Amino acid sequence: MIGEVLNTVFITGLIGAAMRMATPIIFATLGEIINERAGVLNLGIEGIMLMGAMTGFLVSINTGLLWIGVCAAALVGMILSLLMAFLAVYLGLSQHVSGLGITLFSTGLAMFIYRIHFGSPLVPPTVEPFTQVEIPLLSKIPIIGPSLFDQYVLTYVALLLIPIISIILYKTHIGLKIRTVGENPLTADTVGVNVYLTRTLSLVAGGALIGIGGSFLTLAHQNMFLIDVIGGRGWVSIAMVIFGNWDPLKGALGAFIFGFLDGLQLRLQGLGIKIPFHIFLMVPYLMTIIALVGVSRKATVPASLLKPYRREEK
Amino acid sequence: MDERGEEMTGFRIVKRKPLPGWARLVIPVIAIIFTLMLSAIPILVAGGKLWKSYYFLFYGALGTRYNFLETFVKASPLIFTGLGVAFAFRAKFWNIGAEGQLLAGALTATWIGIAFTGIPKILLLPVIITCGFLAGGVWASIPATLKTKLKVDDVVSTLLLNYVMIHIMGSLLFGPLQQPGSTWPRSSEIVEAAKYPMLLARSRFHLGIPLAFFAVAVIWFINEKIVFGYQSKAVGVNIKAAHFGGINTTSVILRTAIISGGLAGLAGVGELCAIQYRLIMDISPGYGYSGIVIAMLGNLHPLGVLFSSLFFSVIIVGAQTMSRMTGVPYYIAEVIQGLALMVMLVFLLLTEYQIKVIRK
Repeated sequence: MIGEVLNTVFITGLIGAAMRMATPIIFATLGEIINERAGVLNLGIEGIMLMGAMTGFLVSINTGLLWIGVCAAALVGMILSLLMAFLAVYLGLSQHVSGLGITLFSTGLAMFIYRIHFGSPLVPPTVEPFTQVEIPLLSKIPIIGPSLFDQYVLTYVALLLIPIISIILYKTHIGLKIRTVGENPLTADTVGVNVYLTRTLSLVAGGALIGIGGSFLTLAHQNMFLIDVIGGRGWVSIAMVIFGNWDPLKGALGAFIFGFLDGLQLRLQGLGIKIPFHIFLMVPYLMTIIALVGVSRKATVPASLLKPYRREEK
Repeated sequence: MDERGEEMTGFRIVKRKPLPGWARLVIPVIAIIFTLMLSAIPILVAGGKLWKSYYFLFYGALGTRYNFLETFVKASPLIFTGLGVAFAFRAKFWNIGAEGQLLAGALTATWIGIAFTGIPKILLLPVIITCGFLAGGVWASIPATLKTKLKVDDVVSTLLLNYVMIHIMGSLLFGPLQQPGSTWPRSSEIVEAAKYPMLLARSRFHLGIPLAFFAVAVIWFINEKIVFGYQSKAVGVNIKAAHFGGINTTSVILRTAIISGGLAGLAGVGELCAIQYRLIMDISPGYGYSGIVIAMLGNLHPLGVLFSSLFFSVIIVGAQTMSRMTGVPYYIAEVIQGLALMVMLVFLLLTEYQIKVIRK
């Protein structure tokens, strides 16, 4: 069995699978990092991903254009994040509860719209999903070539977004604004930064990424929409934000490790070991909790995370 | 420069004088009416006739004796999870894990209900109920300990533990707990002595319903009359002040979590011992998550939880009839739950603050 596990084909396949499984989590983790850096914990993430998955699927199946579906998923993520901004930023309601409200509402809405459109067919409708795109030359490198450079375009986009969002957050004026309203909104306000608007736009931008992350699951990873398509990936992304200490690169690294464990459990199931497959399914979640135990004591939370900003309280 | 934020937002939120007592009772009612008005939009989009839909929503839940009692049957697990979540939230222990704790209770009840044969009901049921409570409590004590000892965020850990528990249950249902000879992930039926007695003929009105009402009274008593209830609230209001005031906050959070998880565990025991009689993967259609909405809708007060659970079970039971009669998808129930939470949040804000429109 050891030989079976350690051969090149297995490892190539495993890294490739890890990249695929990590893609939606990288999108959602990056989106949530932007949200939280601006001081808003967005627990709507799980529901926004589900709405993204459903909308992306619905629009793609009707237009026949997968990229329009991805754009629609981003748009729906932005709209739901606007709702989150209204509750948590403008009205200053509890971020925990507002976010959970968004998730519950979106979950119901996603199922509701799906049923209106498709009824309850015995065989769920499918879409012709994205195919993997080989990058010439690079994909010929042994082991890492076929696993890293024969992927979905959305996976490449996710990888490119990691440095882009790092640069925006740390090197640009916009990033400075976002971090300041998350660390010290009063200071931001006194120097003329509109705290409400900055937080809202950060939520909307993050929401777009979260929505796209959801759509990857119905347009690339699978080709249909099922109730449990997200399966806690939104919550895992929240954990990855903490694991990565609110840093895009470290957060994405966490997402990759989760993807790796997810890919590994799928492959171990395939080896036909006589253990209920649910034990394998448990591992990524369990490891995420253990990882949190390791990092939580030295986590540097954005100072004003969870704190609504009200002007007259200064 | 200083006024820019307000010109853009157009309104500001100002604290208001405390509202009189009657307003606090009227506001949830207005919130519910407003929610039902908003629900007209998805109903119309789904092609349902408005009055017919609302008629069947309420007729389906309250119109016949059986359905009326069925509303209480559905309310029982919601009261337990709602109470549990409310009790935890009151101490700012963000227990989003009621779903997992419910499953822990159901799992324990299944095991006892199958393994212990030949014990009379009068002895077996108290054992099952106690162990189901403890199982939920122990499962909730994990995130509480992670929070107090290792500063692990409770929202994330309770949520992730839900998935761990689902897969523990899956492993057991495909493993040692699987019904012999079955290929489905389901357990054998529990013994007769482990089943909750039915209290009213020709219905499923079972022991778990008065038990849920009793739990409401107990939690009210803890909240209002016992030092621990006061300490738990003090931790929620200001954990640092509670600590300096001499309260052992670690112990209070742990005990709060155990009670919270235990209540959710009882929801699982009820579903298993009164409704399903055997463990299946979808033993809970998300009662743990609904419990969060119910806790908020009830303003974390035990009586509020009771009423919002009853409201929600009207929606859940009624939506089935409405769906059958009008073709509006059953998931309208979940949409209404989500809407209810958000509307209630806004209305609760209005009890403490007022919104002043800024004219330019």
